[in-house]
Amino acid sequence: MNEFLTLMKSELVLTGIIFLLLFIKIGKGMKNESLLSLIQLLLLLNFIFSFFFNKEGNLFGDMFYTTPLIAFQKSILNLGVYLISLLCSDWLKKTQHLPEFFLLMLSALLGMFLMISSGNLLIFYLSLELATIPVAAMANFDLERKRSSEGAMKMILSSAFSSGILLFGISLIYGSTGSISLPAISQLLNGSPLQILAFVFVFTAFAFKLSIVPFHLWTADVYEGSPIAVTSFLSVISKGAVAFIFITVLYKVFTPMLEIWYWMIVILAIATMVIGNLFALRQQNIKRFLAFSSIAQVGFILVGISNADYLGIASVVYFVLIYVFSNLAAFGVAAVIAEKTGKENIDDYKGLYKTNPFLTWIMALALFSLAGIPPTAGFFGKLFLLTAGGARAEYWFILVAALNMIISLYYYLRVVRAMFMDKNDNPVEPVKTAPVVKMALIICGGGIVLVGLLSWIFEYIKTLQY
Amino acid sequence: MTIEPGLYHLLFISTALFFIGVYGFFTRRNLITMLMSIELILNSVNLNFIAFDKYLWPGKMDGLFFTVFIIAIAAAEAAVAIAIIINLYRSHQSIDVENAEDLKY
Repeated sequence: MNEFLTLMKSELVLTGIIFLLLFIKIGKGMKNESLLSLIQLLLLLNFIFSFFFNKEGNLFGDMFYTTPLIAFQKSILNLGVYLISLLCSDWLKKTQHLPEFFLLMLSALLGMFLMISSGNLLIFYLSLELATIPVAAMANFDLERKRSSEGAMKMILSSAFSSGILLFGISLIYGSTGSISLPAISQLLNGSPLQILAFVFVFTAFAFKLSIVPFHLWTADVYEGSPIAVTSFLSVISKGAVAFIFITVLYKVFTPMLEIWYWMIVILAIATMVIGNLFALRQQNIKRFLAFSSIAQVGFILVGISNADYLGIASVVYFVLIYVFSNLAAFGVAAVIAEKTGKENIDDYKGLYKTNPFLTWIMALALFSLAGIPPTAGFFGKLFLLTAGGARAEYWFILVAALNMIISLYYYLRVVRAMFMDKNDNPVEPVKTAPVVKMALIICGGGIVLVGLLSWIFEYIKTLQY
Repeated sequence: MTIEPGLYHLLFISTALFFIGVYGFFTRRNLITMLMSIELILNSVNLNFIAFDKYLWPGKMDGLFFTVFIIAIAAAEAAVAIAIIINLYRSHQSIDVENAEDLKY
């Protein structure tokens, strides 16, 4: 019993918060402002609590397991959700259904936690669905807007289709190995053609969730259609969680098929980086622009995953931590401006520096970090990813990745140039940012600078056991 | 003359059902029909699990458990999808995917 409480403590705390919100909703309710402050406080406590009492072990006959690295990954996700609740507080205060929004978001987060800790394909499938179905409902949160419902429709259909493909792959794995427990499967896999087919199916489902290139088409539409709070959740938390479990499944379960998946990852990484970059070049809407940039970032994560050793895991976890800060800073600024003025186009950002210097600096810092320019943390994240990818000495692959970083510099700097240099007769008027939002933006900015400079963070991640 | 059904018959049926579902998902333009195609895919997986359970791994209950959970999850997924489709119908006055074309490229 005691073991159950300590090992599942992140999930139990989250379930507690979900039930509290449910009771508040059923009861006489609270004013939006006080409820939002309460939720932010709870999420902050949840984030702090996630650093304590971390033990390793497994429960329910290997169905659930946890290690220090998994606990750290959960803390990253907790931090991301806390920052989203701060950054989007302007929009959240205005929605009519605040408790429902957090119910859905925290249920999805609970699904992600269980997914990261799952040691069994059944739990993995159930938690994957728990992590995607509420997000589709969240994408439809602007009930009045046509685009929101269209984005939600695309999301639920593509995620249902991809989970169908995943299940077919799982059924073939079960047929050929007779087990659905992940450690047992890794012992029983022998690389027969049926198992390779099953692996391709499972890989495809992951590619859908991570929006790796041939399966990326839903991403930009869903990101543009949904409210910015949901977009940032999708692009940071969802992507991060799926990347964590993807790397675990590849390294721990499909180890006998290393030769096959290495080349699949190489080809898809190149395609993802190139196509993500080329489409990002021509975007006008800031959300769509960030969507394609996040596709390109997934390509870089794949470069790190191709390492197939411990350095790969450490570099991906480190990169996701940086990605949480930089992407949330960019989305936070976009959310503030879109909420106050309704402007979402890059052209509207021209001359932003004259009117909103603070927001401009944070946005510029975030874009520099996403592009990977040295003093910011993004540079170190990309450096470790490319180092991890070079373990096999396929240096042309690293060269292609580096060239893609140069292409990406062009479109990130296009936004920076528009904000600092271009003239605009009708710029965004000075926006008053709430103190909470300002604090969150400063946390993000500080994270972007400090996570790269404090080298013990990467060393710490490297020492964590997985 | 009766043929005793074996594993290969069931696998043939389930694979055919899977690809019929995929084909329907790609070609149909009505959202409800697309949802039905996804149900076909999920049912083909159920058939797969039960066939493997009966012929290859008798006595292991894993496949049967998986089937029960797939049925439950499919119902939850369909509930959310239909709610979204109803909302789409309210804003677009149609449930044809061709009419939902605001978001492109």
